[in-house]
Amino acid sequence: MSKKMHIKLNVNGKAEEFLAEPRELLIYTLRERLNITGPHIGCETSHCGACTVTINGKSVKACTMFVAQADGAEITTIEGIGGPDDLHPLQTAFKELHGLQCGYCTPGMITRATKLLEENPNPTEEDIRFGMAGNLCRCTGYQNIVKSIQAAAAEMNAAKEAAE
Amino acid sequence: MSVPKPLPHDAARMHVTGAARYVDDIPAPADTLHLAFGLSTIAAGRITDMDLSKVRAAPGVVAVLTADDLPFDNDVSPSVHDEPLLSDGAVHYLGQAMFLVIARSHLAARRAARHGDVSYAEETPILTVDDALAAGSHFEDGPRIYEKGDADAAIAAAPHRIEGVIEIGGQEHFYLEGQAALALPQEDSEMVVHSSTQHPSEIQHKVADALGVPMHAVRVECRRMGGGFGGKESQGNALAVACAVAARATGRPCRMRYDRDDDMVITGKRHDFRITYEAGFDGDGRLAGVSFVQYARCGWARDLSTPVADRAMLHADNAYLLPAARIESHRLRTNTQSATAFRGFGGPQGMVGIERVIDEVAHTLGLDPAEVRRRNYYAACSERGLSAPRPSGPPEDISGQKKPQTTPYGQVVDDFILHEMTEALSRSADYDARRRAAAQWNARGGVIRKGLAMTPVKFGISFTLTHLNQAGALVHVYRDGSVRINHGGTEMGQGLYQKVAQVAATRFGLDIEAVKITATDTAKVPNTSATAASSGSDLNGMAVKAACDTIRARMAQHLADTHGCAAEGVEFSGGRVQLPDGRSMGFVEVVESAYLARISLSSTGYYATPDISWDRIKGEGRPFYYFAYGVAATEVALDTLSGEYRILRTDIVHDAGASLNPAIDIGQIEGGYVQGAGWLTSEELVWDGRGALRTHAPSTYKIPAVSDAPDVFNVTLWDGANREATIYRSKAVGEPPLMLGISALMAVSDAVASCGEVYPALDAPATPERVLMAIGRVRGDGV
Ligand code: FES
Ligand code: FES
Repeated sequence: MSKKMHIKLNVNGKAEEFLAEPRELLIYTLRERLNITGPHIGCETSHCGACTVTINGKSVKACTMFVAQADGAEITTIEGIGGPDDLHPLQTAFKELHGLQCGYCTPGMITRATKLLEENPNPTEEDIRFGMAGNLCRCTGYQNIVKSIQAAAAEMNAAKEAAE
Repeated sequence: MSVPKPLPHDAARMHVTGAARYVDDIPAPADTLHLAFGLSTIAAGRITDMDLSKVRAAPGVVAVLTADDLPFDNDVSPSVHDEPLLSDGAVHYLGQAMFLVIARSHLAARRAARHGDVSYAEETPILTVDDALAAGSHFEDGPRIYEKGDADAAIAAAPHRIEGVIEIGGQEHFYLEGQAALALPQEDSEMVVHSSTQHPSEIQHKVADALGVPMHAVRVECRRMGGGFGGKESQGNALAVACAVAARATGRPCRMRYDRDDDMVITGKRHDFRITYEAGFDGDGRLAGVSFVQYARCGWARDLSTPVADRAMLHADNAYLLPAARIESHRLRTNTQSATAFRGFGGPQGMVGIERVIDEVAHTLGLDPAEVRRRNYYAACSERGLSAPRPSGPPEDISGQKKPQTTPYGQVVDDFILHEMTEALSRSADYDARRRAAAQWNARGGVIRKGLAMTPVKFGISFTLTHLNQAGALVHVYRDGSVRINHGGTEMGQGLYQKVAQVAATRFGLDIEAVKITATDTAKVPNTSATAASSGSDLNGMAVKAACDTIRARMAQHLADTHGCAAEGVEFSGGRVQLPDGRSMGFVEVVESAYLARISLSSTGYYATPDISWDRIKGEGRPFYYFAYGVAATEVALDTLSGEYRILRTDIVHDAGASLNPAIDIGQIEGGYVQGAGWLTSEELVWDGRGALRTHAPSTYKIPAVSDAPDVFNVTLWDGANREATIYRSKAVGEPPLMLGISALMAVSDAVASCGEVYPALDAPATPERVLMAIGRVRGDGV
């Protein structure tokens, strides 16, 4: 067993400090240590995207990163994107446009989509299919997920224009 | 107020914020222990020695259990008591649980489980259909046979004949949430189990037997699953029982989840099938007789294979009136995972068989397969009884009376609507013009070929085990007018909770927000059936309606007594209660007044599907209350050099009766289609010669990604009501759409066929490798 390491993280705006084995997977840190259970475990081999979070501005599958690699990082999970009473436009769109069924993939999907829309605020359907290809959903057939992201992009762009 | 509304999923707000809890998200006490199975590394034989000292010594391990440590029942089978939780000495497949590790963390348990030192006396495993046939290894006494007329004679007398064989692969469920359970020991030998299961009552039953306690001492709860698809009908038993047994042994809460590899290696999948066929037909492609032999590879234990194989037989006709038919079914026992329920429950495999026959008939005659399909459809039905004749309609007897058209198992088909639906889809999908365009494109002889196919679905709704067609519910109305409902159905993403809540809201004339639906709980509604066979909303919707109506009737009688009116005329709508004389009062006001008058505002409800009966040995009766219909057209573009292809466009018209929630139903159709197309195209299960599943992770087992879904995807609900008196005349929609995916396989076959003269005889899944081999056959390359 390796020596424990002093880790500092900022998760959803909250500073966290603890001792952990460096090889602890970040998804376990979030789910078991910090009780942040929005990011889910679907495969633990970086294929499904259920564990997607944002680390220092990039989409990362939290099952493929050791907590030591995340030391000092800013992490946003679905819980930090919007709460029940202040939904992010993507959250509203997934909810209203049926971008979910069992909902297990949803936190990872939405978290990934927030980055996608930052990278490309006007994605075509093709861009969305390419940009979301790392997130699997077994229920929806993806149609409503693509529609939800398109609708949220339109909504966010309209809001931006109105603000300008 | 009407029920149908495209309301979001009941927990959508929680799902999008990450607040919706699955079993593994439920906070557990700090002293909770974690479990993992030690798995067999051979497919068949006996354990000669099991040295677990290294496992016990591994970091974090608290205890290790073997079959000898189990004080009561060592069984997790849903059917015939043939599935030990932990091996009793015999090894039946590679991946079978040999021992159980109880440790302080999930990872500690998993790591320790790898350190078992088990010696075996190995036997030659029976792995394939051919192995099983050679060894005579099967379940049940012999093949089941359903017959209508003399198929052999009809085939022999027909002007044209074909015969062939198709191999149809299995399918991993790949529910995104793997199997999981949590057991919390209580006072007085009680056990509470949270399980990701479609069948809480069965978990309760198996846990009670394993603990040696009555069922009343076990409470099982399931708020939601992260997908089920049939894979959580029986496959969750092992985890729940393991957790309960370990919790009893240690006195501490125990939790278990399979990591994805274990999940794929341990649990059962869709049955793979070999189907051989012979068919006789006339020059127009009309079938005179068809004979099928279906070989289902069932794996090592019986599980649900009997009803699955039965349902494959019951769908060997799909949408076609077979004048004579013979269906023979073999249930083969092999040293592989015990194949289990998967959306469609054998129906899809049976349907692929007849769709293959029709496709080959059309190819033989040079006809459009869609036209041959229509020529063989059951006759159209009017509102009640048969309507307008078609040229080859059902025969008339001497009195000039039409004999009802029947399936090969004797059920009358009197609700057939596929003629109209196919016509509508043909038009909306522009089928004829696109078929011509594809033919022209292919005539240029390029590398990229196009294929277009339109296939129907007729799917029987009801459990074929008649007694399972029952459901219970519990409804409470509180003094503030809010309503809490509970029923035996489980939520796996299909939107059942929301649909049933809509029913309750409508019965009481309330907004949906006034109704809260709560976790499925064996302490609230007992003796439930699995949420399966697409029957969730049919059964539970009716049971909840019955409970609501009991309370409504009491409230109405109370008003009748206090206001001197007739109870029958009292109506509930818009949050108010109307008396026959036009007076009205708020719902809450009536509730409070009934409460003060000491009238019960709580009721159970119960429903049993009427009019069904079935003799599965003879193959006679009416197993299904009604049929659900759908039709899909899929177009693909195929690269004939690599065998790769993509779906360009899919059009679907599907029958959900009078839909309770059109948005949820369309979601089911889209998801079902993509899952069905995945099954028949990219999802390939491969076992090696030792019986090891080689495709046990998403890196090697490919479910559709967003980039694989059709480029253009048009789904329409057929506008019509169920003729049977189902809940608000809706139809079940969980399973039927999966089989719309058969159109993808047939479209690929169509594209391949354009490469030459020979029939492609494409097996499923149509992986690029198989497609290339089929192209070789079609071109006569002899590959
Ligand atoms: S759990 Fe991390 S990608 Fe699947
Ligand atoms: S909604 Fe179930 S996996 Fe996406």
